[in-house]
Amino acid sequence: MKGWMTRFKAVMALTVMALILSGCGEPFLSTLQPRGEGAAMLLELIILSTVIMLFVFVVVMAIYIYVVIKFRQKEGQEDFIPKQTEGSHALETLWTVIPIILLLILAVPTVQYTFTFADVNNPEVSQEGEELDQIWIDVTGKQYWWHFEYEGLDITTSQEIYIPTDRRVYLSMISDDVIHSFWVPSIQGKMDVNPTGNRNEMWLQADEEGVYWGKCAELCGPSHSLMDFKVIAVSPGEFEEWVEDMQGVTGEEEPETTTAQAGQETFEENCLSCHAVGSSPNKVGPNLTNFADRDKLAGVFDMTEENLFEWIDTKGEEMKPGNLMVDAPYDLNEEEINQVIEYLMTLSPSEVTPESADNGVYIDSDLSDLFPEEEEEDAEESEEDEETDENDEE
Amino acid sequence: MSTTAEKKAGFGSVLWDYLTTVDHKKIAILYLVAGLFFFILGGLQAMLIRIQLIAPDNEFISAQFYNEVLTMHGTTMIFLAAMPLIFALMNAVLPLQIGARDVAFPFINSLGFWLFFFGGIFLNISWFAGGAPDVGWTAYAPLSLFSESHGVDYYSIGLQITGFGTLMGGINFIVTVVNMRAPGMTYMRMPLFTWTSFIASVLILFAFPALTVGLFLLTFDRLFGGNFFDPEMGGNVIIWEHLFWIFGHPEVYILILPAFGVFSEIIPTFSKKRLFGYSSMVFATILIAFLGFMVWAHHMFTVGLGPIANSIFAVATMAIAVPTGIKIFNWLFTMWGGSIRLTSPMVMALGFIPTFTIGGMTGVMLASAAADFQYHDTYFVVAHFHYVIVGGTVLGIFAGIIYWWPKMFGTMLNEKLNHWFFWLFFIGFHLTFFFQHFLGLMGMPRRYWKFLPDQGLDLFNLISTIGAFGMAIGTIIFLINVVMTQMKGEKVSGDPWDARTLEWAIPSPPPFYNFKQEPLVRGLDALWVEKMQGNGKIQPAEPLGDIHMPNRSFVPFVISLGLFIAGFGVMYQGAMWILAAIGFGTTAGAMLYRSVKDDIGYHVHKEELEEEGDGSNG
Repeated sequence: MKGWMTRFKAVMALTVMALILSGCGEPFLSTLQPRGEGAAMLLELIILSTVIMLFVFVVVMAIYIYVVIKFRQKEGQEDFIPKQTEGSHALETLWTVIPIILLLILAVPTVQYTFTFADVNNPEVSQEGEELDQIWIDVTGKQYWWHFEYEGLDITTSQEIYIPTDRRVYLSMISDDVIHSFWVPSIQGKMDVNPTGNRNEMWLQADEEGVYWGKCAELCGPSHSLMDFKVIAVSPGEFEEWVEDMQGVTGEEEPETTTAQAGQETFEENCLSCHAVGSSPNKVGPNLTNFADRDKLAGVFDMTEENLFEWIDTKGEEMKPGNLMVDAPYDLNEEEINQVIEYLMTLSPSEVTPESADNGVYIDSDLSDLFPEEEEEDAEESEEDEETDENDEE
Repeated sequence: MSTTAEKKAGFGSVLWDYLTTVDHKKIAILYLVAGLFFFILGGLQAMLIRIQLIAPDNEFISAQFYNEVLTMHGTTMIFLAAMPLIFALMNAVLPLQIGARDVAFPFINSLGFWLFFFGGIFLNISWFAGGAPDVGWTAYAPLSLFSESHGVDYYSIGLQITGFGTLMGGINFIVTVVNMRAPGMTYMRMPLFTWTSFIASVLILFAFPALTVGLFLLTFDRLFGGNFFDPEMGGNVIIWEHLFWIFGHPEVYILILPAFGVFSEIIPTFSKKRLFGYSSMVFATILIAFLGFMVWAHHMFTVGLGPIANSIFAVATMAIAVPTGIKIFNWLFTMWGGSIRLTSPMVMALGFIPTFTIGGMTGVMLASAAADFQYHDTYFVVAHFHYVIVGGTVLGIFAGIIYWWPKMFGTMLNEKLNHWFFWLFFIGFHLTFFFQHFLGLMGMPRRYWKFLPDQGLDLFNLISTIGAFGMAIGTIIFLINVVMTQMKGEKVSGDPWDARTLEWAIPSPPPFYNFKQEPLVRGLDALWVEKMQGNGKIQPAEPLGDIHMPNRSFVPFVISLGLFIAGFGVMYQGAMWILAAIGFGTTAGAMLYRSVKDDIGYHVHKEELEEEGDGSNG
């Protein structure tokens, strides 16, 4: 009997351990393992509210257990009539006032943080006291993929955004169809992406280099659960390199092999009306500038030629149910598809890829080379602002 | 009309009896049967969801079908299971608790049920007509505008019809409580279940019109080229969210307040003590209802309303925790010093307290607007609202059904099976939903058809599915219990639980006129007062006299059927407009018939009542 108990205890202990270990999730996805300023602040708030609430729970359960054990009807006392208490003003005041105090303790940081997260107009300052250039990215949510345009940098990309780890990156978000919600759990909380014309703004900041999973968090159709994207946080120097490489892409670069060249031709005839290579306002379908560097195909599938073949062949009908590419009018044979695949696999303009986020290389930069003009504009604008302010005062 | 004649009646006449009844006790049974049917249907849908999510990358059901199932699970459980089951309890108990012979408008009561029922059937026909709604029970525009099948039309028209019924039911109970209380039954002597039902009815009165308006706009957008929510045409999608949640948040309190009331009856009865802090319980109920209208935007923290709106709604939401906390402590202190009997309703009440406390705790956590950026639309929210709605409302409904079963049917559900039901359901429930808190925090959004492998989400999803089977088995045991109990048909006394309130002073089931003589209420817990200070019987407030009763009527059924038929015409249009003409014509004709025909009811004469002997008030 004793041996059984020990073994039972061991099993229980192991189970509990397993639950605790798996209770935190994966670092690239879990809110409980924050890798950025936003998620870290939010985890603080989550922990604060959990602690307050657990305190309440413990009090309730202590009274509860005492009452249930102590005041069970005793045998032979079935006729016992307890005292019919009406209530107690002192007690009732107590359990009104204490919760109010506890809630105030939670309400203050809640309001504070709510305002911090909404603040996108306050430029960050570097350690040397200089204003950092703000990187703004226009985000467009579409059934079932994400489109990104880097303001002022002349870069467009889809499904994966690169951000530097040294500063906040600001997002201005809108949807082209239904409501989506932009969420990168391990670095920032979510924000809805509305179609109405009111852009939502938020910021992202990653402390560590890494590939972070983003999710759509608002039901948007059959493939809602497959509308994943990635945030690739790299060191500022790598980011600068990536930006420059991306800026160099025109879409007319000729690939080396003849199959790929044939593929490019097929691509231009059949795909280019929706998909762009290089910076382009075309966002009918995902931008493919750095397609070969993608971590995942269509956000969720492994980047294999089989998957890619199936996608082009079936237009993703089974892979992402309800996706809009099924309406594309093209009709390619096996050879043509393979040529297109070979061409697509050459679309790797930069050395900086998702692997750069994991290779431990850190290159420093203040990114000021990327914003030569904007700085002046900013300066002009702020001067103008001051002038108008003065005018207002007058 | 004597009861013996009814017993011998064949199936046809029983059916006719129920189709035409205006008796609140029979309408309660109709609500109970229909509600349980839809509860099982919604439960099966839940099982499909959990089986789909048993393993990563599962292909058990298709993405489209999954969205239909999740939409119908939510819609069915809220509108077609929880609401009618609450109405079942309110109908069965509320008039008896205040010493009334029926509700204020028996005809409207019947109409309310049939509207609900036809609306529910209408909604479910979508399964066989090209696909159920697939946009979530919240039907956010513009996804609900883009949805291609007629599913969302079935949703908007079906819920519209059901909503009319609910609104009528709510108004009926408000008037009943205000006007029909027996002599001595002052407001502050009303049992807590009556109080919470009364307040929930007030919430219905103010909340449902917002849904009605929203559904009309949605219907116009989809069927008649309206552009209220179409951003391309200058519409605004956020308005739908506001309208929906201005209804949707009070709806949560419509569901939970009557459950609070049920437990506020059960706990005193089985602790043999009066409710601790009765007046603060009443005050807390009113405060919850009042605040419940000021917090809808906490469902919309991530919409981008801005930090000022978010902060105000966050603090208002947190404030609701105070009156709710008052209730929890009052229940605990009702038991304190009492003599607790662990009957199955009481055990369910004891299961409810910690479960609901956890649901309330996560509620406060969700109220923290910034932190909600992480919780919102994840499994954390799914876990939270199931802790509140299953741990609160559903446990409350089942506890209420078991507690008042003898009053409704004159028989007693098998206690042993009740306990089995509770423990399987309760443990299954916690297995299912406790781990979903962590799934949400680990990055799993809700309404996900698939989750991917290697994201650390496998184990908890598996546990969750296992738990769901526990809940299913528990529910099956309950149903077996119901069937077995009714087959045996062992009759029990009018007061099998040794309870405290007025409904236990009359036989089980009560005669169709409820009280032979109007009862005289001499205090809170009227029957308990008589047990302690009198002879254990409620004193009559009037001499024996004729009782005025309403006539049965088939008109409510016809009115509802007309709207049901018209719904198809409005939806399919074209040649089908003829259906709309027939349907609206039927409804209008039935209403006209009702208006011009004087129906003054009938009297049960004094002599008949005397013959039936002393079944009167005890």
